Amino acid sequence: MSLFLIVALPFLGALLPGLMNSAGRAACAGVTFTFSLAAFIGLLSHAPTVFAGGVVQTGVDWMPLLGLNFHLMLDGLGFFFALLILGIGLLIITYARYYLSRKDNMGEFFTYLLLFQGAMVGIVLSDNILLLLIFWELTSLSSFLLIGYWKHLPEGRQGARMALAVTGMGGLAMIGGMLILGQIVGSYDLSVILQNREMIQESPLYLPALILILLGCFTKSAQFPFHFWLPHAMAAPTPVSAYLHSATMVKAGIFLMARMWPVLSGTTEWFVIVTTAGLITMVLGAVIGLFKHDLKALLAFSTVSHLGLITMLLGTGTAFGAMAAVFHILNHATFKAALFMSAGIIDHEAHTRDIRRLGGLRKLMPVTFVIATLASLSMAGIPFLNGFLSKEMMLEEALHTTLFGSPWLVPVMATVGALFSAAYCFRLIGHTFLGPVRDDYPATPHDPGFGMWGPPALLVVLVVVIGSAPFLAEPFVKMVTGSVLGTAAEVPKNYLKIWHGLVPALYMSVAAVVGGLIVLALFKPLLRAWDATPRPEAKVIFDALIAGCVGIARAVIHGVHNGAFSRYAAIFAIAVVAAGYHAWTTGTIAAPTRTVQPVDPVSIGGWLMLVVATCGLVFLHRNRLLSLILIGIVGLMVSVAFVYFSAPDLAMTQITVEVVTIILLLLALNFLPNQTPVESTVLRRVRDGGVAVAGGLATMAMAYHYLLRDAVTTPISEFHLANSYKGGGGTNVVNVILVDFRGFDTYGEIIVLGIAALLIYALTETLLNGPVRARLLNRLPDQPRAGDMHPMMMVVLTRVIMPVVLMVGFYIFLRGHNEPGGGFIAGLIVSIAVVMQYMASGFSWASARLRYPYHGVIGAGVLIAGLTGIGSWFVAKPFLTSDFTYVRIPPFEKFELATAALFDLGVFLAVVGAVMLSLESFSRLARRAHVEDSDHPMDIDPSRELNQEGV
Amino acid sequence: MELLVASAIGILTAAGLYLVLRLRTFPVILGVSLLTYAVNVFLFSSGRLKVGAPPILSDATNYTDPLPQALVLTAIVISFGMTAVVVMIALGSYLGSNDDNVNDPKIETEEPEDLI
Repeated sequence: MSLFLIVALPFLGALLPGLMNSAGRAACAGVTFTFSLAAFIGLLSHAPTVFAGGVVQTGVDWMPLLGLNFHLMLDGLGFFFALLILGIGLLIITYARYYLSRKDNMGEFFTYLLLFQGAMVGIVLSDNILLLLIFWELTSLSSFLLIGYWKHLPEGRQGARMALAVTGMGGLAMIGGMLILGQIVGSYDLSVILQNREMIQESPLYLPALILILLGCFTKSAQFPFHFWLPHAMAAPTPVSAYLHSATMVKAGIFLMARMWPVLSGTTEWFVIVTTAGLITMVLGAVIGLFKHDLKALLAFSTVSHLGLITMLLGTGTAFGAMAAVFHILNHATFKAALFMSAGIIDHEAHTRDIRRLGGLRKLMPVTFVIATLASLSMAGIPFLNGFLSKEMMLEEALHTTLFGSPWLVPVMATVGALFSAAYCFRLIGHTFLGPVRDDYPATPHDPGFGMWGPPALLVVLVVVIGSAPFLAEPFVKMVTGSVLGTAAEVPKNYLKIWHGLVPALYMSVAAVVGGLIVLALFKPLLRAWDATPRPEAKVIFDALIAGCVGIARAVIHGVHNGAFSRYAAIFAIAVVAAGYHAWTTGTIAAPTRTVQPVDPVSIGGWLMLVVATCGLVFLHRNRLLSLILIGIVGLMVSVAFVYFSAPDLAMTQITVEVVTIILLLLALNFLPNQTPVESTVLRRVRDGGVAVAGGLATMAMAYHYLLRDAVTTPISEFHLANSYKGGGGTNVVNVILVDFRGFDTYGEIIVLGIAALLIYALTETLLNGPVRARLLNRLPDQPRAGDMHPMMMVVLTRVIMPVVLMVGFYIFLRGHNEPGGGFIAGLIVSIAVVMQYMASGFSWASARLRYPYHGVIGAGVLIAGLTGIGSWFVAKPFLTSDFTYVRIPPFEKFELATAALFDLGVFLAVVGAVMLSLESFSRLARRAHVEDSDHPMDIDPSRELNQEGV
Repeated sequence: MELLVASAIGILTAAGLYLVLRLRTFPVILGVSLLTYAVNVFLFSSGRLKVGAPPILSDATNYTDPLPQALVLTAIVISFGMTAVVVMIALGSYLGSNDDNVNDPKIETEEPEDLI
């Protein structure tokens, strides 16, 4: 099976459970299981290659210029982790099916679980570190969803947020580290990076890259001082804890350290940072874990401790350490997942996981007892169970490690860690299962069905098999170790075996187990001492830190964003002018290359009208109706300028838009006050005037300067002019650009226009269905109404004119490809024709004759334009490739048929729909305000009165 | 001629900016419309000014730059859509609160409930 499919299967499967919720719990779990199983089988199909030492690679380029390629690689290490993720995933899915109660939304749970699974598989199979980062972030996000799955629990939400904050910050750091790494090597492909050990370690950027990457790994794998989030994440449902927080996600950091081991390890920096962090985490986690009363909290801290152990082993930088780490990852995944599931069973059946309320479960839950005990003993390091083997290797490795110049520091700390580890394991067995049967359990404990104890039992079988016959696991462990080490070191010759003789590691192991028993015997006084010792509480510190950040952010936002919008606008204007001024003074200005064109009286006249109207607008803007007339003059003069400077299309567009804009503003003014009150002080007006004059001068200077200079390079317009007729079949270059060369832009623009119209419609609906409705209905018009609201002259005239205007619109549309015109202008003209009917004959009359809703017209326009574009796919051309031909149908002249015309039809419809929907929405507000709106087109209609008399 | 166009752009911008800085919604909308004119003419003039050379292919050899025209054409139509949306928002806020002030009346200083 292709590696792509292995990664994709969980993601594809994630679509289903959420949708299948109504199909039942079994169906949700079934489909999740099927997809995971398919990926699992796909993975196993590569086993022969991987065991033979081969590497399966596949990939497509995604964004090659960024170095981000979808390259996947399956080697021993990736195979090992993918096996853990998918294999334990299958067990967890089975377990979760029976664990979740009927109240829980199972589809949602499995959707999140599959998302997570896919992201994890993606991490371990990525052959590109940028791709790896994407999957890395995906695991943070999906684990956030899983931890917070029980949304009703505040601990769940807080735990999820904390986990996201910590791992997310680590992820950010790691992005930085990975980018530096990629810069050093010059490639983001892992297989290339892993070949460049010397180049990376000699680089001056090695240390920053190392620290940033380790920050990512340590946060993810809950290493000191970031260990605190993991216990809080235990608010998640137990299957999540078992899956994410024992076997998979927290191992992602470990995985990455192992993956990067060949290029990053072996230096003093690596050794000191990683070993120290691992050692502290191991001891700290074990000590805290011992005193936790919540089974899951105890297991969480034991996980922290064991992750520290693995980290320390990777930190030593020796091949033997790496092998021990690999072996312990495998062993830990088996016994810890089994233990979490056992804890879940106890919680599920006894309704508590507080050790102080348990005890004596041995007789009530014999199956669970056997499973949990074997797993715990393995974790404690008892012979014939797999935990013993890797713990021996860890102690052996510790004996040969000298940290901070002291040969005994690491061995002693390692033994202490192992001692406390043994102690909490014994406490787990002793205080939960042994002892007398109690009569005050919250519920009567009993063994669950096979569905719940089967998965952990299977894992415990592995614990025992590997523990008693380590030679079975040896080839696998060595194969994985080989791929961790890469070319950096040889796989150690040591055998995995139970009896190594009377070596120091054995004494340390015995000391740890015996010490553990002694600690447990002294547990009560130790607990009193522990409770009396003041300790920093991580959650309190974390919350205070977050509260501090929120406080700073809030202070900044309230200071800067204080709701004075005019102030923002002024600041923005000043900033832009200042930036322009800086560029002006620091840059060089070329000499003018164009001659100034002569001025004629007509243009001076136009200019004067524009300037007078604009200045009048500034001084008379308080009279709102007058200012509409003035802005109309400005618009008219701008259109005239467009005509004058050879832009007929623009002029036609501007003048038609002007008409609809003025109608729109008039409709709005119907509801707004007619006067703007004098509010601002003289000082303020002077200040605003200063800002305005500065902005105006700046734009004027810029416009004047470039108008006198030619473009530095030949504009691409030359291409458009040369190819408009040959390639696009039209002589109106502007229209050919719109519908052909830049058709995709136009397509986007009509969509934007449609969205704007729909937004207006939605806002109108909201207003009319809210409290505003009553106000509108009760509102009295502030202006005297015309006695004849629908004058007969106007009604008759607009009706007579309608076909003519439509014909003009049609003509403008048709000629658009070759002469000034086209879909935009035609759409505006037709809209005006329709609006005239509304204005003359009234809203009710007009809308009763509306055959197609304007939303549909917009949709049809976008659809036609889109389908025209898609049409070119059928002839194997890119989207929106146009074609045209000339046909002759007697008795007509030869004429042109172009697909661009079809696209322009889409533009036309979208414009008509958008303009009409906007104006119609405004007038709907008006209609609600004056309920006396007549259903008849004319208030005085002689024919109607005649008919009524006839009746 | 260049100076006429440049000064027209400058005056439109200045008037637009002044109106945008007013305190009521309606003059702000007018100001934005003036700024739209200014920006459109500015973009259009980036094709440099040519009289009597429309980009309609014929026997002539001298055409003005068609590309800024195409860009401005859609910009005009889009600016209508934008104006309409802004007017609608202004109208909704006035009808909802009977106040057409641009600036927020007061700043909400009380601490929002912590999202736990």
